[in-house]
Amino acid sequence: MRKFFTILLLAVMVASITAACGGGDDATPTPAALNVEGGLPATAMEIAAARGLTPDDIAAALKTYTPSGKMDEYMLFLSGGHSGNVIAAGVPSMRILKNIAVFTPESWQGYGFGSKETEAVLDAGNVGDVKIRMGDTHHPALSETDGDYDGQYLFINDKTNARVAVIDLRDFETKQIVKDPLLISAHGSTFVTPNTEYVVQGSQYNTPLGWEYAPISEYKDKYRGTITFWKFDRSKGRIIPEESFAVEVPPYWQDLCDAGKRASDGWAFCNSFNAEMYTGGVEQGNPPFEAGVSQRDTDYLHLVNWKKAEEAINAGKFETIKGMKVLRIPTAVAEGVLYLAPEPKSPHGVDVSPDGKYIVVAGKLDPHVTVYSIDKIQQAIDGKQWTLDEFGIPILDFDAVMMAQVELGLGPLHTQFDDRGYAYTSLFLDSAVARWKLGGDDPNGYVLVEKTPVQYNIGHIAAAEGDTVNPDGKYLVALNKWAVDRFPRVGPLLPQNIQLLDISGDQMKVIYDMPMGIGEPHYAQMIKMDKLSPWDVYPEVGWDPIAQAPAEHATKAGEERIIRNGNQVEIYMTVIRSRLNPEHVELKKGDHVAWHITNLETAKDATHGFQLGGYNISLSIEPGETTSFEFEAVNDGTFAYFCTEFCSALHLEMMGYMFVEP
Amino acid sequence: MTMSTDMEKLIGPRVPADEFKENRARYMIPTLLFAAAAIMIVVSMFLPYWSLTLHAPQYPQGLTVVAFVNDLEGDIAEIDGLNHYIGMRPLGEAAQFEKQVSIYGIVGVSLLILAAIFVHNRWAALLALPGLGLPIFFLLDLQFWLANFGQNLDPTAPLSSSVKPFIPPALGVGKIAQFRTEAQPEIGLWLAFGASALILVGLYFHRRAYKPLVEAQQK
Repeated sequence: MRKFFTILLLAVMVASITAACGGGDDATPTPAALNVEGGLPATAMEIAAARGLTPDDIAAALKTYTPSGKMDEYMLFLSGGHSGNVIAAGVPSMRILKNIAVFTPESWQGYGFGSKETEAVLDAGNVGDVKIRMGDTHHPALSETDGDYDGQYLFINDKTNARVAVIDLRDFETKQIVKDPLLISAHGSTFVTPNTEYVVQGSQYNTPLGWEYAPISEYKDKYRGTITFWKFDRSKGRIIPEESFAVEVPPYWQDLCDAGKRASDGWAFCNSFNAEMYTGGVEQGNPPFEAGVSQRDTDYLHLVNWKKAEEAINAGKFETIKGMKVLRIPTAVAEGVLYLAPEPKSPHGVDVSPDGKYIVVAGKLDPHVTVYSIDKIQQAIDGKQWTLDEFGIPILDFDAVMMAQVELGLGPLHTQFDDRGYAYTSLFLDSAVARWKLGGDDPNGYVLVEKTPVQYNIGHIAAAEGDTVNPDGKYLVALNKWAVDRFPRVGPLLPQNIQLLDISGDQMKVIYDMPMGIGEPHYAQMIKMDKLSPWDVYPEVGWDPIAQAPAEHATKAGEERIIRNGNQVEIYMTVIRSRLNPEHVELKKGDHVAWHITNLETAKDATHGFQLGGYNISLSIEPGETTSFEFEAVNDGTFAYFCTEFCSALHLEMMGYMFVEP
Repeated sequence: MTMSTDMEKLIGPRVPADEFKENRARYMIPTLLFAAAAIMIVVSMFLPYWSLTLHAPQYPQGLTVVAFVNDLEGDIAEIDGLNHYIGMRPLGEAAQFEKQVSIYGIVGVSLLILAAIFVHNRWAALLALPGLGLPIFFLLDLQFWLANFGQNLDPTAPLSSSVKPFIPPALGVGKIAQFRTEAQPEIGLWLAFGASALILVGLYFHRRAYKPLVEAQQK
């Protein structure tokens, strides 16, 4: 009998649970994937014939087409060049996902159009009293843990003003801009060390440190470059300038850099292209820079041991210049921090292999890539196989440190890696991507495998996680400078052509052309999508996205208010579908107004915009966000303010009046 | 002895010890069924009783309200936000009294079921009755509040002219503006129904076990 009872009870429980779990879900069924063993269906073949598609075209379409609601495998972060932003796109669909405002105001995101928080980020990048509101973003770098992308932060430089910005990948928004106090412009950044201890930045067009005035005749005496190591505090999500330092280098015009990893962890490498220290003056009858800086057969690869530099800085062996700790050349040499190695003249990219053992320098004016070995470098240092340059810096013997040279073609610029032991180098003049084999410690093992044309004038390339210790292969993006005939005509300013290559097979194939009509990407980072975990909405209502903490002026529902103190007016406003509260704001001409807005929404995508006509105010207030702006009520009149994101059926009703009494 | 006799009139006859030894299962079955029912009802307090999912094109994941006996969870803020367009009161205002007393009420109901174990006459059925009716009471109360909320819309709300007062069904599929609503019982309510079933079966075995004793007592 007891058994009977037990069975009965169990039966009831099981029935209950099954019934509870089974209910509901009768959503529209997903169509089953096609069985194509017998070839493509006739309808598909008809379309292909009508559009004149080749079998390669069909394969490319099938590899890249991403149906509605399906997600991409990778996220691509492209620098936006002199649009001053960063563009996020999906791979393989190549659909643009977001244009992240960084150095340039952007009114959709409410970046730099009134919002105090974003204005403060931009103002931190001002140069003296000059408000800088442009930038030229070149090289994005994802934060790394143990040499692998960790999906937390993205860094991007501004070449023109020698600045670095930090983007938080929880909300894909810019949190910080730092200005290098020693350099007025800097090209070779950003590159992170394997645990994002530092963001490396190399200078380019050298000036006296702090860009003080000095005539060009004093070039060798006073003009200098630096390799700057920006200290990054991951927990704060900020670069800490006080804990950053710079290593002084000669005025050789440094170019791209890379940080060592694994075997070469602790080192940073930067190219240069004016070992001639040529100073130009074409208007005075001198050869132009383009000729003068290309006279010698070799320039110098700079090798910086940043771990030793860090020790020297911690030991107080620095000078402080304009607030930045600087390791001067003689100290850097004495401490074993700075070495040079000859490299074929005027190279562009320097890229460290995934195992960190090999450093690849792309020739640009030389048809080879030159591969250096970190072991050989170390042996040459230990064996003092060097001569000194005129600043007393050891120049390691080329033959002692060089592992191999591979002739790839014309204009090698930049190199990436895959998971099969191949390296990929862009060939600017050939308009092609070269695939070549890394030979390890066998110089004869380094061989060109194949080349694939791209359209046209390729600059950088970015392979899937292709600059980490674990590259994925699969995809490679060619960032081409010229499109020429690839797209419909849009007048004299053409888009660039960002091409996606499938590198998974024996032959590389171009499978997508993406016209980039909103910036000039220089370099990109491609990260596996599942490494990113951004927020859908801010963690709580009343959030300050710059501080990533509850906002000081957060306003709860029911606590909306306007406080007047003399001519100081403080407005605490909330927004939620479909109303702004308050809807009437009464001011007097000459009032100073501080206006705080909290978006009370907690639903994904329920963003409200805010614009105030006539006062240059444009805000984007994402779900949970609190933002503030201030202005002087200089113009009297009757003004309208309203929501600018079409948030609901009653979006147009979401408005208010601001009265400014004369 | 008088005391005991009066008591036995009230709660029914006690089982003689040797009879219990001889037919242990006969008397244990109703006891265990009632105890299991009481436990299931107590457990159900911690589990969701009911859910309502709203489907609309712009909410591909749907919006869900999950009802516990003393709480509402889920996308309440978003649903309240949408409801203001049709002038429906915030969901938190519904069934406030029920939510306040529900825990005490359910513990009480369970204690009454346990008490029925010790009552060996027809009064046992009365004690078990609240437990038996609990899930039905929950659904009726729910339907009352759904009707109350759907019928009392603010006539000055933005969409008052296009959405007229309505009664959302407590179970099954409904339709309001662009939303398709799906209301369904959840595990807590199934447990409560399970407890009802156990009580019913328990009452049958209870009657079979004790009726002869009661009849013997009356003789």
